[in-house]
Amino acid sequence: MAKKLLLEKAHVEGIRHYDVYRREGGYAAVEKALKMEPAAIVEEVKKSGLRGRGGAGFPSGMKWSFLAKPEGVPRYLVCNADESEPGTFKDRYLMEFLPHLLIEGLIVSSFALGSNRTYIYIRGEYAWIVGILEQAIAEAKQNGFLGKNILGSGFDCEIYVQRGAGAYICGEETALIESLEGKRGNPRIKPPFPAIKGLWDCPTVVNNVETLAAVVPIMNMGGEEYAKIGVGRSTGTKLISACGNINKPGVYEIDMTISVEEFIYSDEYCGGIPNGKRLKACIPGGSSVPILPANLLLKTAKGETRLMNYESLSDGGFATGSMMGSGGFIVLDEDQCVVKNTLTLARFYRHESCGQCSPCREGTGWMEKILTKIENGKGAMSDIDLLWDIQRKIEGNTICPLGDAAAWPVAAAIRHFRDEFEWHVNNPARCQTQNYGLAHYADPIHVPA
Amino acid sequence: MVKFSEDKLKEVQSMIDRYPKGKQKSALIPLLHLAQDEFGGWLSAETMDYVASILGIEPIEVYEVATFYSMYNLKPVGKHVFEVCHTGPCMLNGSDHIIAYIKRKLDINVGETTADGMFTLKTVECLGACGYAPMMQMGINYREHLTEAKVDAIIEECRNKQ
Ligand SMILES: Cc1cc2nc3c(=O)[nH]c(=O)nc-3n(C[C@H](O)[C@H](O)[C@H](O)COP(=O)(O)O)c2cc1C
Ligand code: SF4
Ligand code: FES
Repeated sequence: MAKKLLLEKAHVEGIRHYDVYRREGGYAAVEKALKMEPAAIVEEVKKSGLRGRGGAGFPSGMKWSFLAKPEGVPRYLVCNADESEPGTFKDRYLMEFLPHLLIEGLIVSSFALGSNRTYIYIRGEYAWIVGILEQAIAEAKQNGFLGKNILGSGFDCEIYVQRGAGAYICGEETALIESLEGKRGNPRIKPPFPAIKGLWDCPTVVNNVETLAAVVPIMNMGGEEYAKIGVGRSTGTKLISACGNINKPGVYEIDMTISVEEFIYSDEYCGGIPNGKRLKACIPGGSSVPILPANLLLKTAKGETRLMNYESLSDGGFATGSMMGSGGFIVLDEDQCVVKNTLTLARFYRHESCGQCSPCREGTGWMEKILTKIENGKGAMSDIDLLWDIQRKIEGNTICPLGDAAAWPVAAAIRHFRDEFEWHVNNPARCQTQNYGLAHYADPIHVPA
Repeated sequence: MVKFSEDKLKEVQSMIDRYPKGKQKSALIPLLHLAQDEFGGWLSAETMDYVASILGIEPIEVYEVATFYSMYNLKPVGKHVFEVCHTGPCMLNGSDHIIAYIKRKLDINVGETTADGMFTLKTVECLGACGYAPMMQMGINYREHLTEAKVDAIIEECRNKQ
């Protein structure tokens, strides 16, 4: 069993409540942190090597050290609980089962950053979790861990939960800030970065739920100890939400040294593919990251075993690799159609584009239309090239990375599965009823007995 | 005429108190949720104007927001709204089949409401329940691991709530 730093207590009876959480050692990180200098906490987080768990993987300690501290201006910490990247449902799990872990992480982080008013921005659809979090906040407050002069330290802090209302783009940090200000979720042009000018034009740090929860074990064990877990620049543990065609979908906390193969096939994790089917492809880090065919998923182009960590998953760049992303792990078995899967993702990005930039607004619409044509047997060979051309014209030409996120899945599908697109064009009558590609893509290593 | 009760007005005030002075516009999104729940499950122009007056902002600022977010209904919906996810991971687990089944069973298309005003069917994008697919949202709850039998039971449950 891999070491668990976040979910270890997830199944302790009553852990959602303060008394049980406290009895299990909860809030020790706050007690420790409030006796330290805020800058020393930032230093511990730097030493831990923690990288943002929201998708970009930016070093958290470094991000914290960029926060501007002008005299007399409030600073804000905002927890990003918008979790809307298809395939991702780990933050939901953490908040539902261990709300106090997040609150504890938020208190420590608020103290480190000097935020007296901290917001959790949660996607509107997670409505029932709002109550769970507010209950945990109220309990923490009753016990002196929130409010005025926490544990006699002189530090005041309140945490508020803000519900969104259905918009993937509000997960992008500047769109999230706009939304928190009561506006449409249109991303801002950067710079200025939120660390300088964020919520209500004040210096702001936006971090993912899992990132902020990880601050608790970092405080408890020290940054150096945390950094010893994992491998290379992939320190600590990572939550992976696994879904698609696997026997045991769910949220797993992994030590980033295990192989992708072990993750998919071992009973401790996904438990293999249902009905003895073979592995065709996988999107390992949420819908935005490149899809990989089975052979490139299990081994890198160099023939090395691919591991479940930032470096290994991106080995080979976009030509032969993918990304860790948000940890949304989507598995496709041999019966699945890559064109259809790509179409649902293209539709998602068209739906979620905020519409500010033409390449994203128009391009996502065109990609959906062309994919619909191909999927329904009405496409031409030239449509595949057109699709490729459109995605290239979106990438890098937009205000926020949603444009790239829409382009990458389409690009990777064509890069690795071009013959499946061509088969759709050549077999209009069969493309709705039959899947192509088994012989080509299904993983030859795992032919069921 | 739309107007919050005294109790709800207290709730509104506590929403506004979450933000620094002068930043009450931040309460707009939670306030619209509350208004939608209170005033018939959708946001009429009258409701939106009322919300604008509470926050002391222009009605256009409310319309801008209400039209951006997918959870706000800008026209009346049925008593029970089935919002079935059809994004990749749910599709891989048979959401197409579930949507087709609900369409047949209720005899409506996606985006329509049954003649008796009981049910509305919508398709939505990923709701963060991909591991428990296929799934749908109904009110504030998720219904996961959907099968035909589960859909039947849910419809029955809604009819019995009458
Ligand atoms: C379109 C888009 C959607 C995003 N959605 C989320 C999200 O749902 N949750 C999240 O934590 N980060 C999301 N991000 C990343 C955030 O912009 C930001 O990088 C992150 O919250 C920073 O936190 P971290 O450093 O702790 O990862 C998204 C980014 C983009 C471009
Ligand atoms: S890239 Fe798309 S989502 Fe991002 S700002 Fe431009 S139009 Fe909006
Ligand atoms: S794809 Fe349906 S909940 Fe994520």
